[in-house]
Amino acid sequence: MADVALQPNRAAAQTARKRSSLHNALKRKSTVAFLMTLPLLLLIAALVIYPAFYAVHLATLNKSMQRFVGLSNFEFLFKRETFWLVVKQSCIFAITAVIFKAVLGFIIAHFVHNIPAKGQRKWRGMLLVPWVIPPAMSTLAWLWLFDPSYSAFNYTLSFFGIGPIPWTGDAMWARFSVILVNIWVGAPFFMIMYLAALKSVPEQLYEAAAIDGANWWQRIWYVTLPMMRNIIAITTLFSLIVTFANFDIVRILTAGGPLDQTHIFATWAFRIGIEGSDIPLGASVSLFMVPILAVAAIFILRDISKRGNEA
Amino acid sequence: MTTATIDKAAPTRKVKYGSMSRDRAWALRWSYFFLVIFAIFFLTPPIYMFITSLKSSAEISAATNPWWVFHPTLENYAGLLTSNQFLRFFWNSAIVSIFVVTITMLISVPAAFALSRMRFWGSATLATGVFLTYLIPETLLFIPLFKMFAVIGDWTGIQLINKWYVLLILYPTLTVPFCTWIMIGYFASIPKELDEAAVIDGASWLQTLTRIFIPVAFPGIIAATIFAFTVSWAQFLYPLVFTTSTDQLVMPVGIITSLIKGDVFNWGQIMTGALLGAAPPLIIYAFLMDYYIAGLTAGATKG
Repeated sequence: MADVALQPNRAAAQTARKRSSLHNALKRKSTVAFLMTLPLLLLIAALVIYPAFYAVHLATLNKSMQRFVGLSNFEFLFKRETFWLVVKQSCIFAITAVIFKAVLGFIIAHFVHNIPAKGQRKWRGMLLVPWVIPPAMSTLAWLWLFDPSYSAFNYTLSFFGIGPIPWTGDAMWARFSVILVNIWVGAPFFMIMYLAALKSVPEQLYEAAAIDGANWWQRIWYVTLPMMRNIIAITTLFSLIVTFANFDIVRILTAGGPLDQTHIFATWAFRIGIEGSDIPLGASVSLFMVPILAVAAIFILRDISKRGNEA
Repeated sequence: MTTATIDKAAPTRKVKYGSMSRDRAWALRWSYFFLVIFAIFFLTPPIYMFITSLKSSAEISAATNPWWVFHPTLENYAGLLTSNQFLRFFWNSAIVSIFVVTITMLISVPAAFALSRMRFWGSATLATGVFLTYLIPETLLFIPLFKMFAVIGDWTGIQLINKWYVLLILYPTLTVPFCTWIMIGYFASIPKELDEAAVIDGASWLQTLTRIFIPVAFPGIIAATIFAFTVSWAQFLYPLVFTTSTDQLVMPVGIITSLIKGDVFNWGQIMTGALLGAAPPLIIYAFLMDYYIAGLTAGATKG
C-alpha cells in the first residue's frame, strides 16, 4: 500500500526534477543567448557561407555540371581576351569611382560644414537624395539623359557648339558614363560620413592651429585629415567593396556593351552564368572578386578590432 | 630705420585683420556657390525624371527643349496607376519589403541583444563574423544560390525559383547582418546599470530585452527598419535572377523588363514608373531623415 502510494510520488518528483533541470538550462544565460542567435547563425550558415563554398565547388564542374574538371574553367578564362578586358575594366571602374567619390564627398562635406548650422540640415537633406533613390531607378533617368537621339545633355551642349557625344555608344564614353553615374550615386554617402567626422573634430584644435598661424591648407593637412583618418579609411574600403561588386548601374546603363567593353565582374558573371546558363563558368568569374574583397575586409576588420581595443 | 619697419608692419597687421573677416565672407559665398553647383548635379536626374513624366509621347518624340514641359499631362500617371501589371509590381514590392523588414527585425534584434549583453563563448568573434558577412556582396552569391534553389526544387518539389516569396528568403541575407551590427552598437551604448537593475528586480532576459532594451534603443530600431526597407525595396539583382514571369516581379525589375519592349522605349511611362518606384524610400527619407542618417553613419562609427 505504502509502496503503491510512493511510486507515483517518486515519479512525480523525478519529472519535477527533470522539468526543473530543463527549466534551469533554459534559464541559463548561455542557452538563452544561443537560442537568441540561432536564427541568425542558421541564416548566415545556409544562405551566405554555404553558397560561398558551393560557388567554389561549382567552379570546378563542366558546363552541364556532371563532370569534375578541376581548374580548366579558370584556364579557359585566362585564355579569353574578354576576361582580361573585364579585369581591367573592373579595376578602372572601382578605383576611379572610389577616388572621385571620396574627393567629392570630402569637398562637399567641407562646404556644408562651412555654412551656418541652421542651413546645414536643408543642404544635407538635398545632397543625399541620390543615395536614397533606388539605384536601378535613378540609372534609368541617367539612361534617358544619355539617350542617343534625345539626350538632354547633348541638347544643352549643342548650344556651346559641342557635338553630340555618344554617351553609351562609344567604349571610352561608356566607361566614363558608368563611372559618372556611380560617382553620382556614391558621393553623397561619403559626404554624410565625412560630415559626421568633421563634426567630431574639436573646435579647439582649429583655434590652436589658427593661433600657430596655420593657413587653410595646413589646417586640413595637419588637423582635419589626421582626425578623420579612421573614417576616411573605413568608408573608402567599404565603398571599394561595394563599387567593385556593383551590378545595377552597369547592367542598366550599358549591359556591358559596346562590345563587352564596360563589363565588370558582376555583370559578366550574370551574362555568362544566368543568361548564358553556364553556371560553373559564371561562378568562376564571380570568384575573381574574392581576393580584392578579402584584402579590403581584412583592413576593415583590423581597424574595427583596433578601435575595439581602444574603447 | 626702426620706425620705418614699424610703419610697414602696422598696416599689414591691420589689413590682415580686415582680410580675415573678408576671407570668411568670401569662403561662405564660395561655399554656397559650389553647394548650388553640386545640388544641381545631384538633383538633375530626379528632376528630369519628373519633367519627362509630365510629357506625352508626342511631345517627347517632337524633340523640343527637353528641360521644359510645354503641354503638361498626367496621362503617364493615369496609365500606370490603372494598369494591373504595374499595380501588381507595386503590390509585390510592398509585400516583400514588409515581410523582409519583419523577418529582419525578428532575427536581428534578439541576436544583437545576445551578442552585445549576454557574453558567451565566442560572442565577440561572432559579432565580427556578422559584420564580415555584411561585406560579402550579393553579386558573389547569386549564382550558387540560384543553383542551390534549383537543386532544392528538383529534390523536394518545392518550386522556389520564379516565385516572389523566394525573395523573402534571399533579402534577409542582405539586411540581417547590417541590422544586427548597428543594433549591437545601439545596445552596447545602453548603460549596464539599467539591465542590472532589471535583473535585480527579477526580470528574465526576455523581459529585459522587451521592457528595457527595445524601448531605450528605439531610435536604433527605427534606423534599422528604414535600412531594411530601403534595401529590400531597391534590390535589383536577386529579383532579376530569381523571378521572370510578370506577375512575380517587383518594382525595379518590373519597370525595366516590362516597360522596355524590345527597342521601343516609352520614356514618359518609364520615367513615371521610376519616379513612383523611388517614391516610397524618398517619402520615408523626407519624414525620417535623421533616423536614416543615423543608420547610415552607425555602421562605421559605432561598434
